[in-house]
Amino acid sequence: MGDHHHGPAKGLSRWLYTTNHKDIGTMYLWFSFAMFLLGGAFAMVIRAELFQPGMQLVEPGFFNQMTTLHGLVMVFGAIMPSFVGLANWLIPMMIGAPDMALPRMNNWSFWILPPAFLMLASTLLMEGGAPAFGWTFYAPLSTTYAPPSVTFFIFAIHILGVSSIMGSINIIATVMNMRAPGMTYMKMPLFVWTWLITAFLLVAVMPVLAGAVTMMLMDIHFGTSFFSAAGGGDPVLFQHIFWFFGHPEVYIIILPAFGVISQIIPAFSRKPLFGYASMVYATAGIAFLSFIVWAHHMYTVGMPVAGELFFMYATMLIAVPTGVKVFNWVTTMWRGAMTFETPMLFSIGFLVLFTIGGFTGLMLSIAPADFQYHDTYFVVAHFHYVMVAGAVFSMTAAVYFWLPKWTGRMYNETMGKVHFWVSFIGFNVTFFPQHFVGLAGMPRRIPDYALQFADFNMMSSIGAFIYGMSQLLFLYNVIAAIVSGEKVSDEKVWDGAEGLEWTLPSPAPYHTFETPPKLEEQPAY
Amino acid sequence: MRLSQDPTIDTVAKLCSVSMAMFAFVFVVMVPLYNVLCDALGINGKTSSEAYISVSADVDETRFIKVQFIATNNDAMPWSFSPEVTEMLVHPGAANDTVFFAANPTMNAMVAQAIPSVSPSRAAEYFHKTECFCFEQQPLDGNDKAEMPLQFIVDQDLPADIKTITLSYTLFDVTALISDKVASR
Repeated sequence: MGDHHHGPAKGLSRWLYTTNHKDIGTMYLWFSFAMFLLGGAFAMVIRAELFQPGMQLVEPGFFNQMTTLHGLVMVFGAIMPSFVGLANWLIPMMIGAPDMALPRMNNWSFWILPPAFLMLASTLLMEGGAPAFGWTFYAPLSTTYAPPSVTFFIFAIHILGVSSIMGSINIIATVMNMRAPGMTYMKMPLFVWTWLITAFLLVAVMPVLAGAVTMMLMDIHFGTSFFSAAGGGDPVLFQHIFWFFGHPEVYIIILPAFGVISQIIPAFSRKPLFGYASMVYATAGIAFLSFIVWAHHMYTVGMPVAGELFFMYATMLIAVPTGVKVFNWVTTMWRGAMTFETPMLFSIGFLVLFTIGGFTGLMLSIAPADFQYHDTYFVVAHFHYVMVAGAVFSMTAAVYFWLPKWTGRMYNETMGKVHFWVSFIGFNVTFFPQHFVGLAGMPRRIPDYALQFADFNMMSSIGAFIYGMSQLLFLYNVIAAIVSGEKVSDEKVWDGAEGLEWTLPSPAPYHTFETPPKLEEQPAY
Repeated sequence: MRLSQDPTIDTVAKLCSVSMAMFAFVFVVMVPLYNVLCDALGINGKTSSEAYISVSADVDETRFIKVQFIATNNDAMPWSFSPEVTEMLVHPGAANDTVFFAANPTMNAMVAQAIPSVSPSRAAEYFHKTECFCFEQQPLDGNDKAEMPLQFIVDQDLPADIKTITLSYTLFDVTALISDKVASR
């Protein structure tokens, strides 16, 4: 028995059978990066077709499959698993636990993901093509008018839902039961807090998504009429159920990103996070509000005015806790001894661009104005500012920040800075013009457009190619660091980094905190 | 409440119950609640799917309400479907009759279901149908036709600012749904 506690097993079986939180975290991160490239490739097809007006490269039906798969792969395959990977790596090290609470379930929740996405991607090769009804899969597009491959899509959604729920239960069980003695809830690093709240959101709403696709399955194959008016159902019901899941889902994506930023900005400002307690309460407040604002995605379905007003005011209310967070981050930087290494650059990029995305969200929350913006490129611009510049930028910052701790080697700082600036410029060139074409009335999810949108679309496409290429630089930088990066000897790596994970050697040993750490030496957050 | 001595198993058991409860919530709460709310509040222009039991009340002869009728076929529904009159002027509180015509031009027996919707949706809860062909499915043999009756009362409490009510029917082909159910028996 003695031996295998000290190091990983060798070969492929190490990865197949591993119950080690670091191994599983690594697999999540690589898997999500592969999905990021796949979803990115779909986006490149979209932008290539939209480079010029008219139909050049792909059929409209295939274009719709691309927009659908791009959304599904990015949301469920790239962003969500990447943050689960981060949670796996960091939460045990941050709270002083030896591993996750349920290591075998952890292995399962990862290994059912690749088959699910293999199945989803394989629909591209099926007769009738892949799902083409958008990532929001509104009925009856996804029921009456769906291609036969929709059944595989439903099964894939079920599997990744199960994976997310298992991952969340694991995270909650770990945080609630395995904190080192003395690590009270209000001493937990903010990344742990945001993930704890996110995990509760996931447990609450992933079953709702599972319910929605189950109803679709029953409508398609078993003669029920949940979403078919002919049998007494209602297509609008689908939108209510979907967005009851869907709005908490967007906070599931962004809350862990908030956690990452709350770790990185203090480190490079060399100051403790400003307003720790208010950050915790703001996160909880956002999570609560996410359950009562879903219908702001569907202002145009013909709700009563009272409903529109309720969802409008509730949505605007979210700006308050979000504003608290943004001001806290800015105040953390105020009069700090700031330096601008790559993780900090991505964090500041996040802060600026996410705030822009937040403001356009506020514009969209105004019900009467939304009738103009609804389903236009303005919406596309808005959610890419919060999803890409929000979630993806913070994830990138996290990889640069913790990579030396994970691998014991430093990435190339110059290349990292180039990556940031190329990403930042590429991102803005892609998505900023989409605000303008959206306000001018260009609808989303169309393969062709009116001539007056041509210039801005060409800019968008060029920006997208730049942004896409910059991710290959990121990949190269990470691999080069792992293979031949400069060795890191310091435990802290970063001058201002605080937290239990920075008391461990670099690279972090395979097993850590098998005896709980003494917390008295740690500064309170 | 503790579900297990082991705190981890306790947490897991509770969270599993929450997720299962949320799955059930979609089916046993959200769907019925949505339908109940839509019926009760007339949201979405949904009118009651059951016959209204008329209560004796005075006819409000001080105002006329224009009631318009629209008949639409869903998808590739081949029937011809139309109202006898496209609009009527009625007093709130008075019982009114009209008919819709349907004809099945195909060679096959078919079953149709008409789904009503009232616009403005605020008016839905004041639009009472004492008899409607939409309460039942309509079977028609090939090359057959039918007159389908509708009796309605506009409520006296209809807000004064509503002067026109549009009642729209969409006719769905439910032959396949019916035969599926018969086949599965």
